[in-house]
Amino acid sequence: MPELDQSFLALPLQALSDAALSNAKELGCSYAEVRVERLRQAYRSFRDHALETTADGQVLGLSVRVVHNGVWGFAADITLSPDSAARLADRAVATAKVSRPLTPASVELADEDLYADATWVSAYEVDPFDVDEAEKTGRVLGLNEVLLAAPGVTHATATLGYVHENKYFANLAGTSTTQQRVRIQAQLTAVSVGDHGFATMRTTAPPTGRGWEHLTGSGWDFDAEVAEIPELLAAHVAAPSVEAGFYDLVIHPSNLFLTIHESIGHATELDRALGYEAAYAGTSFATFDQLGSLQYGSEVMNVTGDRLVDHGLATIGYDDEGVAQQRFDVIAGGTLVGYQLNRQMAAEKGFGRSNGCAYADSPGHIAMQRMPNVSLQPAPDGPSTNELISGVDKGIYIVGDKSWSIDMQRYNFQFTGQQFYKIDKGRLAGQLKDVAYQATTTDFWRSMEAVGGPDTYYLGGAFNCGKGQPGQIAPVSHGSPTALFRKVNVLNTQAEGGQQ
Amino acid sequence: MNATVPPQDLVERALSVATLPCVLWVTEHAEANLRWANNALITNGEMRSRRLTVTATAEVADGTAAGTVTQEIAGVEEVNAVVSAAEHLAKTARPAEDAAPMVEDYAHNDAWEAPPETTSIDVLGELAKGLGVALDGAHAAQQLLFGFAEHAVGTTYLGSTTGLRRRGVQRTGRLELNGKTADLESSAWLGRSTPDFSDIDVAEAVDELTTRLGWAAKKLNLPPGRYETLLPPSAIADLMIYAYWTGNARDAEEGRNVFAAGDGTTKIGRRLAELPINLTSDPQYPGLETIPFVDFASSLDGTSWAFDGGLPINATTWIENGVLRELIRNRAHATRTGSQPTPPADNLIMDGGGTASLQQMISTTERGLLLTCLWYIREVDPERLLLTGLTRDGVYLVEDGEVVGAVNNFRFNDSPVELLGRISEIGAAELTLCREWNDFFNRTIMPPVRVPDFNMSTVSQAS
Repeated sequence: MPELDQSFLALPLQALSDAALSNAKELGCSYAEVRVERLRQAYRSFRDHALETTADGQVLGLSVRVVHNGVWGFAADITLSPDSAARLADRAVATAKVSRPLTPASVELADEDLYADATWVSAYEVDPFDVDEAEKTGRVLGLNEVLLAAPGVTHATATLGYVHENKYFANLAGTSTTQQRVRIQAQLTAVSVGDHGFATMRTTAPPTGRGWEHLTGSGWDFDAEVAEIPELLAAHVAAPSVEAGFYDLVIHPSNLFLTIHESIGHATELDRALGYEAAYAGTSFATFDQLGSLQYGSEVMNVTGDRLVDHGLATIGYDDEGVAQQRFDVIAGGTLVGYQLNRQMAAEKGFGRSNGCAYADSPGHIAMQRMPNVSLQPAPDGPSTNELISGVDKGIYIVGDKSWSIDMQRYNFQFTGQQFYKIDKGRLAGQLKDVAYQATTTDFWRSMEAVGGPDTYYLGGAFNCGKGQPGQIAPVSHGSPTALFRKVNVLNTQAEGGQQ
Repeated sequence: MNATVPPQDLVERALSVATLPCVLWVTEHAEANLRWANNALITNGEMRSRRLTVTATAEVADGTAAGTVTQEIAGVEEVNAVVSAAEHLAKTARPAEDAAPMVEDYAHNDAWEAPPETTSIDVLGELAKGLGVALDGAHAAQQLLFGFAEHAVGTTYLGSTTGLRRRGVQRTGRLELNGKTADLESSAWLGRSTPDFSDIDVAEAVDELTTRLGWAAKKLNLPPGRYETLLPPSAIADLMIYAYWTGNARDAEEGRNVFAAGDGTTKIGRRLAELPINLTSDPQYPGLETIPFVDFASSLDGTSWAFDGGLPINATTWIENGVLRELIRNRAHATRTGSQPTPPADNLIMDGGGTASLQQMISTTERGLLLTCLWYIREVDPERLLLTGLTRDGVYLVEDGEVVGAVNNFRFNDSPVELLGRISEIGAAELTLCREWNDFFNRTIMPPVRVPDFNMSTVSQAS
């Protein structure tokens, strides 16, 4: 089990914290927190036989957030000295003062237990930053070469990204946490160019809270998946164009995770429901007055939020307000029963305690409510994917994510995918192309007739989910079984646009 | 640690310890912001950072490789490690196809010795006072105001082992103001791009929002379909920016983007628009000034610029009188194809010679839709650059030259490249803040346009 990085522990964390918090206290702040964060990031891109981009990055800095006279204030800098930390408390108070005309009600925060000197490290085996560069690029280029050697593949592209994140947090109440986590994402895409124009087929390997072992067989078999891609691409190129209309859909979790992300994950963020994101990311149809009564989906729909599943991208011991990791219900038996919270919203709406969904993507950004791992639960004795397909007379089986878009209240969405298979009388009957499915969120989830069993479960996710102003990105996982939906509107994308 | 070391000294220190050819830059960045919702502040902040980026190149087996490392640095003692890390990456990387000699020194008028420019929360002080009054007014009028104001200033100092030294400043200010009725059934939005907030009049902006919310007093429902549509500058900006981000010359030659013409050729020289539309970028464009040299390792179209740090970014005409004239290519690809490198500037100007204001275009509309902005734009089919997305914060029906009410939102599916060929009228271009992409791209001058058949694919219930 990896341990906390000594080079991060060697930073003057305690001294920075003491300087900022003591000054904030002297300045009359009712609440203050310090966050020191180091984020190491790497990105490699590959184009055919060549490495195209080799870029590493590191962000290291600290921030101070205060409540002064009932008003938030925040300031961040990169100089890790006690003097700088103390000055940041001054600047945070200054922003609070400028913001006073905009703050009619005092900020209140929900209580949370204290966690003094707590530590936490995510479940990974090999830090990708410790792996020889030649081994890393060789592994991905080797997979690209497999694609390029196959008939029908004109080009191949690949990307590899990984992150090593350290966070230190301390607040006036006495909590101090030091944490570390690692995540990785690799994607490979085969391209076919010919008389048909061009077409692509991408791997469905998800980003994950693992280390380099993700590329060497733990949790995913890249060799097996890449070996199948050329044949899948050829079938996609040769596939007939879908006839637009209403179809039953059997959706593999490699596609459904993204529909969960957009139509459940974002829709059950309480800050959206309360309007905090109204001018940017948007609000939610799942308004607070419907908590406990909104029929979000069918009775087989059970959705949880958590920050504790192994290899989850949003998994962490303590959030960026010092709240310990939890698991909670979001939708139970099809009914909306929970929201994602931070401490301010938990107090404002009388929840008693935050469920730990505060996150900042860097030391220079303020912690805001961000998505935990939001997952659709399988039926304990549910059907296999083949059994779900066998129950469909005329339908489409969808695998892998591609294009996504949803409106600002999370009603109307449109998704495409990587692979679309025609279902004819309970059996797969070859690929289709030009497919997009379009629905209103509650109509879609209420049409979910069955969810698969645990054997169909897959933990997908998004490496860089955007939200907030200034914009922040967050990693988040979504587990899901395969699921069956009845009578969903399917577009033919060739018929869309200006070509009539 | 000492944050007061001048950035020029950091550049020289980094170059002095470099053992390989390299180009590097220090960017001093300061920003301040306010964010409000439901007539009250929700977040604020003042942030400062100093970032060193080093791209080192190394001769390796079978070619030249590059490695780029970017790191926040607080003091000069951290410089060596960044240079060393970049050199290690370069020495251990595979050879690059886009390898090119380092950019040599050239003449320019940059003020290398000048200190970095900055900003603070105080830049937003007057705005906050004006907003405080506006929020009280909105509360009294049973309306809700939401929005975001941000001011950011970045100063970049670039140096290379070939002797090149360059300095560039980029000032970015944006104000987004969103007004809603208390029942949240009507919404209006406006955005302003500003270098320093001195030109922002909060009261005037709120008046405009109030006018638009008034248009929504009458509600109408319309089905999906192809409608004559007036796209205001913000909406057309978001669509043209996406097309700009797709303009990769190599992809087009390889047959894998919308600008491909088959058999290794591109659509350069082909007419995309019937109207005399020009689409240009220019880092020196008055009011849209941006960094005039390459200080990025890759651009959003996917082109690698790892070997091109410091390359001048010149004004480029991408579309001239409706004809595609250029696509984005780095120096290596330009050399391979016997053409010129075309690094993209961080601004975009579209003009078709139109003089009509949006209001005048409304007055000459017999029946059509007037949009406010577009949202959640994503690529559906890269071959045609078919995009999907939503209308947002006000879709209005225009009849006999007047706005007669607000209609429901729609999901659209359309291609900006195909759209260029269908624009039937183009109005007067103006300074514009786009909606969807203004986190990444907010220096545009765009016109309102009329499209006879914008494809509204389905109705969105969002209000």
